[in-house]
Amino acid sequence: MQSLMNTHEFTVETAPRPAAALLPGLRVGIDITQISAIAASLESFGERFMRRLFSVDEVAYATQVPAQTAQRLAARFAAKEAAIKAFNLSEAGVGWRDIEVTRHADGACSLALHRRAATLVGQSGCTQIAVSLSHDGDYATAVVAARDPR
Amino acid sequence: MHAHQEFDAQIRTILAQHGRLAVDANALDADADLYQAGMSSHASVNVMLALESAFDLEFPDELLKRSVFGSIASIREAVTSIGVGQT
Repeated sequence: MQSLMNTHEFTVETAPRPAAALLPGLRVGIDITQISAIAASLESFGERFMRRLFSVDEVAYATQVPAQTAQRLAARFAAKEAAIKAFNLSEAGVGWRDIEVTRHADGACSLALHRRAATLVGQSGCTQIAVSLSHDGDYATAVVAARDPR
Repeated sequence: MHAHQEFDAQIRTILAQHGRLAVDANALDADADLYQAGMSSHASVNVMLALESAFDLEFPDELLKRSVFGSIASIREAVTSIGVGQT
């Protein structure tokens, strides 16, 4: 009996292309941070670590509950790194405090950009910037997305 | 050259303590990519803070670039550009 099975060969194009070319109109960045590593940084560098990386409001929120300080800072650090990736800021000479996570009364978060970060992202034309944070166990993560008009 | 080597020795010590490298910092070439050697973005922050403490300086925002902390040589160049170690 003739086989009823046909075999086919498939090829998939895997040439690397920038994310912007794959998803026109969308910028996205993600980062994951180990909470215990943030705790270790606080242990090693104390106030300097907090003041250098986080805004007054970010520090105020994170330190409201001491047992959650490392977790909250870790999520915010991840958000800053996610924003740096989304907007290609790693070589732009942007301070971490220029990218701020703002927490609203209902618990939702948004991204506030200042100084050079605000200038560069403004020049890019990106709008509708969204950030989302999460944590589980010893890890915190954040994703930043934005609409890119180009 | 001697001061250069002393600089690098200090940087290597800081990388060993804070860089969370997958390899021995003392075995790395000065131009070796530290991120390829295992340093994460968070670890680079710790390295930055340790450098600031060790050399009594503060990196200005314009030097807060991934590439600045990308190798022992680039770190040395950045620290020197701020004015440390110049004779």
